[in-house]
Amino acid sequence: MNEARLRWRTLFLVAYLIFALLPIYWMVNMSFKTNEEILASFSLLPRQFTLANYATIFTDASWYSGYINSLIYVAINMAISIAVALPAAYAFSRYSFLGDKHVFFWLLTNRMTPPAVFLLPFFQLYTTLGLMDTHIAVALAHLVFNVPLAVWILEGFMSGIPREIDETAYIDGYSFPRFFFTIFLPLIKSGVGVAAFFCFMFSWVELLLARTLTSVDAKPIVSVMTRTVSASGMDWAVLAAAGTLTILPGAVVIWFVRHYIAKGFAMGRV
Amino acid sequence: MQLTLEGVAKRVGAATHLYPLDFALQPRAVTVLLGATQAGKTTLMRLMAGLDAPSQGRVRVDGEDVTGRSVRERNVAMVYQQFINYPSLRVADNIASPLKLRGDLDRAAIDRRVRELAAKLHIETFLDRLPAELSGGQQQRVALARALAKQAPLMLLDEPLVNLDYKLREELREELSALFAGGDSTVVYATTEPTEALLLGGYTAVLDAGELLQYGPTAEVFRRPRSIRVARAFSDPPINLWQGRVAESGIQLAGDARLAVSLPANATPAAAAEAGVTVGVRASALRVRPRPGDVALAGRVELAEISGSDTFVHVAAAVGPLVAQLTGVHYFKLGAAITLYLDPAQIHVFDARGDLLVAPQRSGAR
Repeated sequence: MNEARLRWRTLFLVAYLIFALLPIYWMVNMSFKTNEEILASFSLLPRQFTLANYATIFTDASWYSGYINSLIYVAINMAISIAVALPAAYAFSRYSFLGDKHVFFWLLTNRMTPPAVFLLPFFQLYTTLGLMDTHIAVALAHLVFNVPLAVWILEGFMSGIPREIDETAYIDGYSFPRFFFTIFLPLIKSGVGVAAFFCFMFSWVELLLARTLTSVDAKPIVSVMTRTVSASGMDWAVLAAAGTLTILPGAVVIWFVRHYIAKGFAMGRV
Repeated sequence: MQLTLEGVAKRVGAATHLYPLDFALQPRAVTVLLGATQAGKTTLMRLMAGLDAPSQGRVRVDGEDVTGRSVRERNVAMVYQQFINYPSLRVADNIASPLKLRGDLDRAAIDRRVRELAAKLHIETFLDRLPAELSGGQQQRVALARALAKQAPLMLLDEPLVNLDYKLREELREELSALFAGGDSTVVYATTEPTEALLLGGYTAVLDAGELLQYGPTAEVFRRPRSIRVARAFSDPPINLWQGRVAESGIQLAGDARLAVSLPANATPAAAAEAGVTVGVRASALRVRPRPGDVALAGRVELAEISGSDTFVHVAAAVGPLVAQLTGVHYFKLGAAITLYLDPAQIHVFDARGDLLVAPQRSGAR
């Protein structure tokens, strides 16, 4: 390889990295500045380094409850998605039944629908049932998108486990639940990790349903963030701090499942 | 334990995997299921285990009808062709798992049994490892140990050695024969190799295209195959088959070869004699050195393969194409003339329908 090509390649990659990271850098940078500095001058590093923005978020209940609400419904959603998707994926992977292929594909088509389509039905239904402004309401609404994805991912991992292992377990005398939890689940734990990650990702960033189905008690952080636009202008600094805190959980989760995701990609299911 | 299959058949969709068959397994002995791939060995074995239910017919254990009963409620052990172990459990836990589930042994007794089996199968140094950290042969030993741990009255082995290399296969086969000889389980062993059936001894059931063709003591089935199909399935290299005509005091083959064989008077009605017979000669029955009473067969060498201690010669002979398995290493020029000798007492004769008329005499049956 000649040197000029190598240099171009390096240059291109560096440029790409800068473009990709610039918004994140800018947000983190802003979150340590004061509003005056953000509006008055251009600086690559904060001149008056301050943690006041983060302090605001961690002390003001209307801010930090947004995070707590988001985490609660995301956790509920992940738990239900995985609990429901595991048996469904096992059935799709191990049994053949009438229309199994069609049902499997139909599940996936749920993901092709924009969330906005379901907005009105959900709103009507939850109002009738008195579920509005609860964590479970958002968690249930997100299941429409997360369960199919989890089933799809888990089915791929399960089909990678030879059926003979199931049979050997039955021959040895395992009951189905015991086999499933002590033998089978450890074999697909990376699949569970990947599926949970994708459920988390969808549920954490989804704004439309989460905002519409909640008002006060279950208001998610993405919705709280729109609050900073007020008559007195915009609270840029606090907004930046909130944004930084919002991408952190995703970064933490992706760190834990990074190896499994590669595996999932290799199986063509992610 | 007496396992009996009555009129058992298996169909999947429009395809028939197993035609109706009756099969009473010889209790406390090794039964070899011999047949090519797709012959129905695995299907039959899964029906015996209870992993699948037959499309029709009954399965009985000691007279009790167990058709359709789940494998969990039957006492069987099974070893697959692929090395199947629990990947997340250590070797020791793998072997112990059927014992733990049975729940009638305390921890010390289970531990003792695991060590005993591991020592028998030479895997005692790997007990703390995971199956994935072992070689193929060792993994299959673990699977065998787990199957043996159960001491099930019915033990099923579906081509357990086929994925192993040659040396390991021989070694493990010897150990298996020793293990089976000592136990009082009924053992079913599926294989595609006639030699393996002969080495394991016991009883052999010959399967072909979903049909059970013959069942009996292995040596007996080998010496007296009921039909041409059985002889074909139970021969490696394939048995030589020549068309012949019943003549005075023997059989007239193509190319003026005459075999002096006394055909059973009752089995050769005139019509069958008219229709002709098929002569079957095992490759090992042909020799290059004559003995008194031999028939000479002249031909031309087409191909000679040397496999260590044996030479396989493919010959275009006057009687038809043939393969001879000669002991020792012989060198032949391609196209050279060759004369092979055959003791007429060593031939099989099948009638026009393919049923056996004459079997080789016992002296030197192999």
